[in-house]
Amino acid sequence: MSSFAGTAALTRLALRRDRVVLVVFVLVLVVMVAASASATVKLYPTEASRVKAAAAIDSSTATLAMYGPIYDTTSVGALSTFKMGIMGAVAVAILVLFVVVRHTRAEEETGRLELLGATVVGRRAPLTAALIVAGGASLVAGAGSALGLIAVGLPVAGSVLMGLGFACLGIVFAAVAGVTAQLVKSARGAAGLAGVVLGVFYLVRAIADAATGLGWLSWLSPVGWWQQTRPFAGDRWWALALPLAAAVALAALAYVLAGRRDFAAGLLPDRPGPAAAAASLRSPLALAWRLQRGSFFAWAAAFAVIGVVFGGLASNVGSFLTSPQARAFIIKLGGEQGIRDAFLATELGMAAVAAAVYGVQAALRLRTEESALRTEPLLATAVGRTRWALSHLVVALAGSAMLLVIVGVTAGLVGARQTGDGGQIGRLVVAALVQIPAAWLVIGIVAAVFGLAPRWVVLGWVALTAFVLIGEFGALFNLSQAVMDVSPFAHVPRLPGGEFAVAPLLWLTAIAACLIGVGLAGFRRRDVG
Amino acid sequence: MDEAVSIERLSKTFGGTRALDGLDLEVSVGEIHGLLGPNGAGKTTTLRILLGLLRADSGVARLLGGDPWRDVERLHRRLAYVPGEVTLWPNLTGGEVIDLLGRLRGGLDETRRADLLERFELDPTKKARAYSKGNRQKVALVAALSSDVELLLLDEPTAGLDPLMDAVFRECLVEFRKQGRTALLSSHILSEVEALADRVSIIRDGRTVEVGSLAEMRHLARLSIAADLASVPEDLATLPGVHDLRVDGTHVDFMVDPGGLDRVLVALTTAGVTSLTSQPPTLEELFLRHYGEERPAAPAGEAATP
Repeated sequence: MSSFAGTAALTRLALRRDRVVLVVFVLVLVVMVAASASATVKLYPTEASRVKAAAAIDSSTATLAMYGPIYDTTSVGALSTFKMGIMGAVAVAILVLFVVVRHTRAEEETGRLELLGATVVGRRAPLTAALIVAGGASLVAGAGSALGLIAVGLPVAGSVLMGLGFACLGIVFAAVAGVTAQLVKSARGAAGLAGVVLGVFYLVRAIADAATGLGWLSWLSPVGWWQQTRPFAGDRWWALALPLAAAVALAALAYVLAGRRDFAAGLLPDRPGPAAAAASLRSPLALAWRLQRGSFFAWAAAFAVIGVVFGGLASNVGSFLTSPQARAFIIKLGGEQGIRDAFLATELGMAAVAAAVYGVQAALRLRTEESALRTEPLLATAVGRTRWALSHLVVALAGSAMLLVIVGVTAGLVGARQTGDGGQIGRLVVAALVQIPAAWLVIGIVAAVFGLAPRWVVLGWVALTAFVLIGEFGALFNLSQAVMDVSPFAHVPRLPGGEFAVAPLLWLTAIAACLIGVGLAGFRRRDVG
Repeated sequence: MDEAVSIERLSKTFGGTRALDGLDLEVSVGEIHGLLGPNGAGKTTTLRILLGLLRADSGVARLLGGDPWRDVERLHRRLAYVPGEVTLWPNLTGGEVIDLLGRLRGGLDETRRADLLERFELDPTKKARAYSKGNRQKVALVAALSSDVELLLLDEPTAGLDPLMDAVFRECLVEFRKQGRTALLSSHILSEVEALADRVSIIRDGRTVEVGSLAEMRHLARLSIAADLASVPEDLATLPGVHDLRVDGTHVDFMVDPGGLDRVLVALTTAGVTSLTSQPPTLEELFLRHYGEERPAAPAGEAATP
């Protein structure tokens, strides 16, 4: 039996299981890419207006850190894809890492692969099938995006390069997930580790683009490689060779690792643990914390790094902008302090979204536990439903708040050290704290859906994605204020620098509390399982 | 109060599937009651309603004198549950899970915990992801049996245990009953119920089709007879109560209803018997009567409530 036997069958099985999510993903991506490009073209009809807009973007450290520079300010294509380009590429990477883990480690962890493995399925078939599906999805997403860009009238060469860039970043992260799926025993951990790798590479690119004199860092990150293809701004086709070479090397590593380990084993053998539970493990909350603490500590470390990076970047904001227009722009924004505040407020807004991502996945643990039938033995003890449901919600709520405090404190400490102003710590902690209610509201949505329609918990992710898209592209698409106001993140006071207001914080918290109350009431009434 | 569990006309529908269709069940205090039925008969649904995990569409369920849906916390201090499919938290050890479940139930007996770990030969320091199916089952059994509870709800608790451990489980359950406590044991393993249960409720398609002690059910059941005869009586096949007659030369093999036994024996002795064996039906045969293709003309047990 060849070690690849059964690959075709497994590929068909994976496509059958993922047919809805893959099609929906590609459609949404293509529509977003094409629509945002088309809206930009309409918004800036003249070359002069485009150059002005691109110059403003290139002079804002916040946008440089988030999306990277526009390499050719006269290019329509570069301006109209400056946000959606990098976001689309990263979205493809996130999709494929989940696809790969879902069809490799997750199947192994649940034991389903054992069932398949006993049929004519070679040792290398599952990984190969997962890579084929993920690589194919990346190519289709890239091709669709390229066609979308061509359809709205952008140059063909740049559009094709943009699409190929999406596909190449996707293929790299399919291979990254192929490796992490061999290293970590749990699917959750494997996807998490691949996600951390993506986050680190994004951060490396952000530092390269936003800090003075660190541009070379960009070449250390696959996200940076994507950027260096410079679609519509010089079209450097050769830069596609880097991700392809990396993908081949990583895939080879994944096969080597897969060939060396036992079924269902990770890199490290299981060590024996305590024969009796610690005295503290005596409540559902203690159990929820025990189950989620590893993930929380990883997130906390990531937030601390982000805080340090952004706190550090803030102090050199604007210092490399020497053109007279840029200086005028800075003065208009309130001088060095003003632009620094604007940068930090933007980054804390992104941190709030990241904290909400943490909150959603922590709260979704409720549904994972329920589906895995691990809730049943707990509810068969003297633990009531509300108490159990609150356990994971408390971890989600307190955890997301804690993450924001961490990012505020670390950014403040670095800022205070660089500017010599100790007051910066307090200002940034407050600026981080005001983000908490918006993140809580998203957790509230998860709680409500879990209580009322548990099969639809994925709506938590849908809502969060919608809020982010509204925030990012609402202005571009000329959405009405009423639609923009749907996102809780739109109501957070822009601190530091902006006006502090307590009212939105109170009612965001109140809505979050109501949603959680509705969720708990629903959960008390419905069937479990 | 002498009913630990009392269920009347319980119904539950999932989407278009009727899981329970007017199920009745009575479990007396101090007995081991077997809940016997094939896969999909509604055993697990019944237990989950008793645990307050599911809400019945109609019918009445009482558990230890309380309402299983509303008095969850109070009732659950007095019972322990072993699910049919035990899934544990992969990164907790077996020992941790046992302690956690015991504490959440309101405490566990350390001496009994240690004793049970030894008898079930379970290593409590292993991470749950490293346990086999049988070992996960043992974790759930030790957790349930080391608590001081009045009622055990067991959902096919020995699936995955080897025969040696199965025997340990039976010992433990018998000791448990000796202390005057109650257990409801769902199973499709006939020998297990036969060995342990004082009374049995047989359910199929969400209905109770027969209730009673095994003695009472045998009373209703046919005997299996095999005999070697000098000659085979011609009218044997047409005698009332005779079923499934197979003739092989002078050897006959058939089933007979208890009511028809007298006339059958007369016919056999008239023909001349050289050897005869008769056996009471095993639970296996009882089961086949209710679930096999061969169905009795008049369904027994419709009114078999003792």
